[in-house]
Amino acid sequence: MVPLPDTGPKELVRLITCGSVDDGKSTLIGRLLFDAGAIPTDQIAALPDLDGAPDMSFLVDGLSAEREQGITIDVAYRFFDIGERRFVLADTPGHEQYTRNMVTAASTADLAIVLVDARKGVLTQTRRHSRLLALLGVRRVVLAVNKMDLVEGSQARFEAIVEDYRAFARQIGLTDVTAIPTCARTGGNVSSADGRMPWYSGPDLMTCLRTVHLAEAAPAPMRMTVQGVSRPHADFRGVAGRIVAGSARPGASVRILPSGVSARIDRIVTLDGDLDDAGAGQSVTLTLTPDVDVSRGNLIAAARAPPEVADQFEAHLVWMSERPLLPGRSYWLKLGAETIGARISDLKHKVNVDTGEMLAAPTLALNDIGLCTLALDAPVAFEPYAVNRDLGGFILIDRMTNETAGAGMIRFALRRAANIHPQALTVSRADRAALKRQSPLVLWFTGLSGAGKSTIANRVEQRLLAEGLHSVMLDGDNVRHGLNRDLGFTDADRVENIRRVAEVARLMTDAGLIVLVSFISPFREERRMARERMEPGEFLEIFIDVPLEVAEARDVKGLYAKARAGQLSHFTGIDSPYEAPDAPDLRIDAAGCSVDEAADRIIALVHAAQATRGAD
Amino acid sequence: MRLHDDVLGSLEAEAIHIFREVVAECERPVLLFSGGKDSAVLLHLARKAFFPAPPPFPLLHVDTTWKFREMYAFRDQAAVAAGMPLLVHRNPDAGADGINPFDHGASVHTDLWKTQGLKQALDAGRFDAAFGGARRDEEKSRAKERIVSVRTAAHGWDPKRQRPELWSLYNTRLNDGESVRVFPLSNWIELDVWRYIQRENIALPSLYFAADRPVIERDGALLMLDDDRMSLRPGEQAQMRRVRFRTLGCWPLTAAVESEADTLEAVVREVRDASVSERQGRAIDHDPSASMERKKREGYF
Repeated sequence: MVPLPDTGPKELVRLITCGSVDDGKSTLIGRLLFDAGAIPTDQIAALPDLDGAPDMSFLVDGLSAEREQGITIDVAYRFFDIGERRFVLADTPGHEQYTRNMVTAASTADLAIVLVDARKGVLTQTRRHSRLLALLGVRRVVLAVNKMDLVEGSQARFEAIVEDYRAFARQIGLTDVTAIPTCARTGGNVSSADGRMPWYSGPDLMTCLRTVHLAEAAPAPMRMTVQGVSRPHADFRGVAGRIVAGSARPGASVRILPSGVSARIDRIVTLDGDLDDAGAGQSVTLTLTPDVDVSRGNLIAAARAPPEVADQFEAHLVWMSERPLLPGRSYWLKLGAETIGARISDLKHKVNVDTGEMLAAPTLALNDIGLCTLALDAPVAFEPYAVNRDLGGFILIDRMTNETAGAGMIRFALRRAANIHPQALTVSRADRAALKRQSPLVLWFTGLSGAGKSTIANRVEQRLLAEGLHSVMLDGDNVRHGLNRDLGFTDADRVENIRRVAEVARLMTDAGLIVLVSFISPFREERRMARERMEPGEFLEIFIDVPLEVAEARDVKGLYAKARAGQLSHFTGIDSPYEAPDAPDLRIDAAGCSVDEAADRIIALVHAAQATRGAD
Repeated sequence: MRLHDDVLGSLEAEAIHIFREVVAECERPVLLFSGGKDSAVLLHLARKAFFPAPPPFPLLHVDTTWKFREMYAFRDQAAVAAGMPLLVHRNPDAGADGINPFDHGASVHTDLWKTQGLKQALDAGRFDAAFGGARRDEEKSRAKERIVSVRTAAHGWDPKRQRPELWSLYNTRLNDGESVRVFPLSNWIELDVWRYIQRENIALPSLYFAADRPVIERDGALLMLDDDRMSLRPGEQAQMRRVRFRTLGCWPLTAAVESEADTLEAVVREVRDASVSERQGRAIDHDPSASMERKKREGYF
């Protein structure tokens, strides 16, 4: 019988160790590598002596010499096998730059060893490391209570520390904690039982790593990031990428995002022949039928359950650059295979990783962590980081230095790009607005007849034009001559009048315009309806406020006189009510200021809205 | 059929992903190809990454003129088989000065032929990304190397400018003159390379397999006499020994190991049970005047 070829371990497990050199971390890692047989004899022979045994810490402290030479230490990767598992251990020796390095190492980790000195117990540092693990989605923790020899192997001490840690870990969402009392220096409970701790009957560290349950990712719908399109000759067009969730099969219905176009998988092409099935983590090339348009940065998703597409997110951000984060500045955002312009639209707060405290902050400096909202230049397909690391984790690249300035984890979309799933989105309202280099807005002028709404609105529109902003004016009288000429002045007709105008204004904002609506619009409820019809922040209510006497005294069109004479019914202010706004975005005292002064204030409001809503 | 769902499968998928990212984002990539086992694996992965198209970049061999004769033949065949152009660069200055490992020592020889030669070749080809077969398990200072490693316009490795690599996101954006060295095998260990060669049936030079070869023993190392350029010291005498090579560099600088492993199965077994590290046979690593760290800063691959 021919023996089966040795194809090596079955499962790749990424591991991170948290703790300081003082906790015996280097010794523990050295011991693990040694016990796993990952250290060649020529390296063991070179180890210095420590109490009659080779000093294992030197296996990993080789970098300390480099540190003295001023060489940056960040993340070092080491490899060892236990049973059917290959471990890729990411070790972060530095104290300086610690957050950045640990976040980098934790970003791919399946499992963490958190090291605690039995004499010291859970420290601020332990809590900081654990918070970072929770933030980066490392859910499984092995708590190694080390240096047990220095507390006489005390069971009570071990249990007190474990209880303390578990209570804290639960608060931050780390519920999968296995605790082991170890003595790395002598190897106690690393690869074999420690005679000084007969009370401990659990697994040693190696057994724990070999057997710890790493839950299969819950069955997820298929997603593939598109890295490129392969077109070697006219008869072949393949989409090359990596499957980041679920599995792909020929015949499966898929949707290309963000376009929303549908297709089926035709073949899964590899150098080794076509595949019947390809699963998460694999790099493949698909052909699609029909041969629809796909490009780098797209996501191919199971048609039955496509992910969300959005251009605004709330996300945690870890800052990694010496140049502080500047909200409002444009960075390159890389998510999957897509690179796109993005700005931090709002920095909500900074997180103190030592305490979990949230602090207001205008910026993030190196190693700071914050919660923020981001606005992207175009919609992208994504999943929350908690659902999929590859579709929810992104980096920000400084456009000037090209360094990786920050890393983020998407929590959720703030605003879904509409109509993505039912229908292919070709040109979005964001696209139209971007073309005009502005954010759409509705300036809704309300007030009594004769208050000066149209006069002020006209002046404002002239100013917008002068600034190169694209606008349109909807004036009550004009609209009543066309679109609304079938409506009278009953309350019901007034409501319909406003509903139609609100819909038109909405369409105009979809076109990317700044819409000036100059209507008496006497009822609060209809103005509220109009506001809700618009995107959040796009509706600005401007109350042109004059006393009735002043408006009536002006009576430019002679309407008050007619109403007083009984020739006009349902006239606002005379025999029909005007409900003044409780909290307008701007109130103009039209009796006490000039038209230009009023326009100045409104233009300032427009500028503020453009800045916060992020026109480029 | 299905792809292999094991560690080799994961490492293969990661390497293919890296190749595709760099090709999509860089303008002029090149694959450094010596004909050694790591570059043979690299070439195989590149072919998988772009199949059915050939990899969209050339192969580059920075020749020291002191490679094993068989490697030259193997190198040329492999390029033809892959359908990729092969560029060969020899540092003309080193040639003019007759630089060799015997008269000038391992450091000077390596610096002029390999390090300076590589910089010349990358500049001449205006390559902004060079794929190499280095692995993190090879040498202590490589344990922290990035997968995409940024080099200055002068090809220097500035540790302060290395970028954090989170998830599988690589930042390949470059300032003027900068380039990247890319290591798709970063997370492989030596045994993975051998198991993969076995699984994928990748052709290799026969030097990797045990055979009776003429060697001399010098300073504790077994050196194979690949041509007549080596002058023997008094008392040295060529003898036939059953040896093979774990790595292949310049023949006077690469020690053979005694071995009976003459098949891939036997080599995998031997590497698995080996108790000394792979680069132990590389004279350059033991040269006390220059650590690997320093060589990297100077532009060594």
